[in-house]
Amino acid sequence: MAGADRPVTERRQPVLQMRGIVTRLGGLLVHDRIDLDVHAGEIFALVGASGTGKTTLLQEMVMLRRPDAGSVCLLGKDLASIDEARKQALRQQFGVLFQHGALFSSLNVLENVAVPLREHTALDAGLIDEVARVKILQVGLPADAAFKYPRELSGGMIKRAALARAMALDPQLLFLDEPTSGLDPHSAGAFDELVLRMKQWFGLTVIMVTHDLDTLWQAADRVAVLGEGQVLAVGDMQSLSREDHPLVRQFFEGPRARQRRPE
Amino acid sequence: MQRYSHAADPARIQLEGQGRLVCRGRWTADAVGPFEPLQEIIQRVSGKTITLDTSAVEALDTTGACLLRRIQSRLLSAGFEVGFAGLQSRHRELLRELESYDLRGSTQPPQPPRGMDAAGRVFVQAGDEGMRFLAFFGEVMLRLIRFAGQPWRVRWAEVWNNVYSAGCNAVGIVGLLSFLMGVVIAYQGAVQLRIYGASIYVADLVGLSLVRELAPLLAAIIIAGRTGSAYAAQIGTMQVSEEIAALRTIGISPLDMLVVPKTLALILVLPLLAVFADILGILGGMFMARVQLNIGFTPYLDRIADAVSLRSFLIGVCKTPVFAGIIAIVGCYQGFRVSGGAESVGRRTTVAVVHAIFLVIVADALFSVVFSALGV
Repeated sequence: MAGADRPVTERRQPVLQMRGIVTRLGGLLVHDRIDLDVHAGEIFALVGASGTGKTTLLQEMVMLRRPDAGSVCLLGKDLASIDEARKQALRQQFGVLFQHGALFSSLNVLENVAVPLREHTALDAGLIDEVARVKILQVGLPADAAFKYPRELSGGMIKRAALARAMALDPQLLFLDEPTSGLDPHSAGAFDELVLRMKQWFGLTVIMVTHDLDTLWQAADRVAVLGEGQVLAVGDMQSLSREDHPLVRQFFEGPRARQRRPE
Repeated sequence: MQRYSHAADPARIQLEGQGRLVCRGRWTADAVGPFEPLQEIIQRVSGKTITLDTSAVEALDTTGACLLRRIQSRLLSAGFEVGFAGLQSRHRELLRELESYDLRGSTQPPQPPRGMDAAGRVFVQAGDEGMRFLAFFGEVMLRLIRFAGQPWRVRWAEVWNNVYSAGCNAVGIVGLLSFLMGVVIAYQGAVQLRIYGASIYVADLVGLSLVRELAPLLAAIIIAGRTGSAYAAQIGTMQVSEEIAALRTIGISPLDMLVVPKTLALILVLPLLAVFADILGILGGMFMARVQLNIGFTPYLDRIADAVSLRSFLIGVCKTPVFAGIIAIVGCYQGFRVSGGAESVGRRTTVAVVHAIFLVIVADALFSVVFSALGV
């Protein structure tokens, strides 16, 4: 909903624009001039075999790492040319869900979700508490999970709590790193539905790294396949499954992929 | 409502006309200030009904919706009839969604225990912890005894690695600190001894106190801080990342792989470090005796040879394997007790150092009692 309220100028420009990204990791060329556009309101997935630099690319999107060459334009701001204050303001406009949740282990779930609110808003403690509780319920956690510590939670609950923290400031852009890895099929399916619901409610743009074919078929609007340091193909799942490139075929033609494909 | 936010168009609310509260601006997390009591506004309303006009709200997110709901409930509890006007459909959806959540109910934070309850828990926990430590200590001792019969089964590569990191790398800091210790003792003694014209006895003072007590203790305390903490942090982190569990499932006992080599390494290394500390401490005293008391190196060293008997030296050194065992086992034990995450690693590492130093000093006191009872 919040997304629908945003000025029109932001919608016309891509939410994320990457041009000529080059990354070397320990002498190895991981990204060789990658171009990528993500538009507002879509669920965009990055796929590729292990070691093709999906997570690295994600880190470059969220300012955790600087590419060796090329430009990243996030929400209309060129990351290379803006100062630290602008970067801080930008950081409040997106949320990141890390692969293993990365909840702060010394804080309980409620406090974890409240961290961005305490840090970046002028709300009083009572309202922060209320918003954090709403977020916890929104991601489908039971109310009594609020006072549990990360070590007392199951994998699926950690992911949900981490999503609640990533969503605390109602960002317009959400980055998910392997959101369903380590979840059982039922929880993974529920998580996909959750992300779709969040997208409907808040008009979110979601950029995710995933291996989960179910997630790709169910949730992703567009998918980019990384390989050989390049974006091999971009498109929706239907068009990707008709791609000719051997590495793309490998991804969609494996025995598991064929089973998952909806008729 | 006051402006607290730096946003261009912050959320605000105003009384316009009879019983019409008009909301304006962006009701989003970045543009909402702290919620102010509505008392002033309420006092200016004469009727019984209030309409919340939200048609001028530019954006509404979860935070803004929570605030709106809160204003509504404040007004309701003040006895007004509250209605919404100009609510956009997607805003109504969001408010309805909030309505569906039960924010009260069973969501109170668990109360920490108090009074007798808390005291009892602390006591039981301390007893439990003590029993666990004893069990761990016993198990390590059993392993060591078993390995004594079959020393080829010890993982010596691990032992030498630990000898290097815990021993060789600690030579500098142990040497420097014991040299300074010698300097300090000689300096403090010099002032007193000069009064009685007994300057040469500074050698007895430095030699005996260092060799019998201080040098082994100093080495043990440095190693507890330096290596005991490292053991706890290493094993603790391995525990968090499930490396310990992985070792177990592969069929490698973490005790054999981690604890026994670390303990053996420290038992080998700490006596050597203590001897090194003896030497550097005596050199420190020698340097200070020359500067302060004008005692030459040769008379000082002659006096040391007379004052420090082989027995004193052995008493000092024979305590150190015990200290080493305490430091290594306490460090490893605390590492294994880590559960959860980063915070637990930090707490257990702290506890490892504190307990190791405490137990080393207690052991030293026990040695003194035993030695004096034996008359040595």
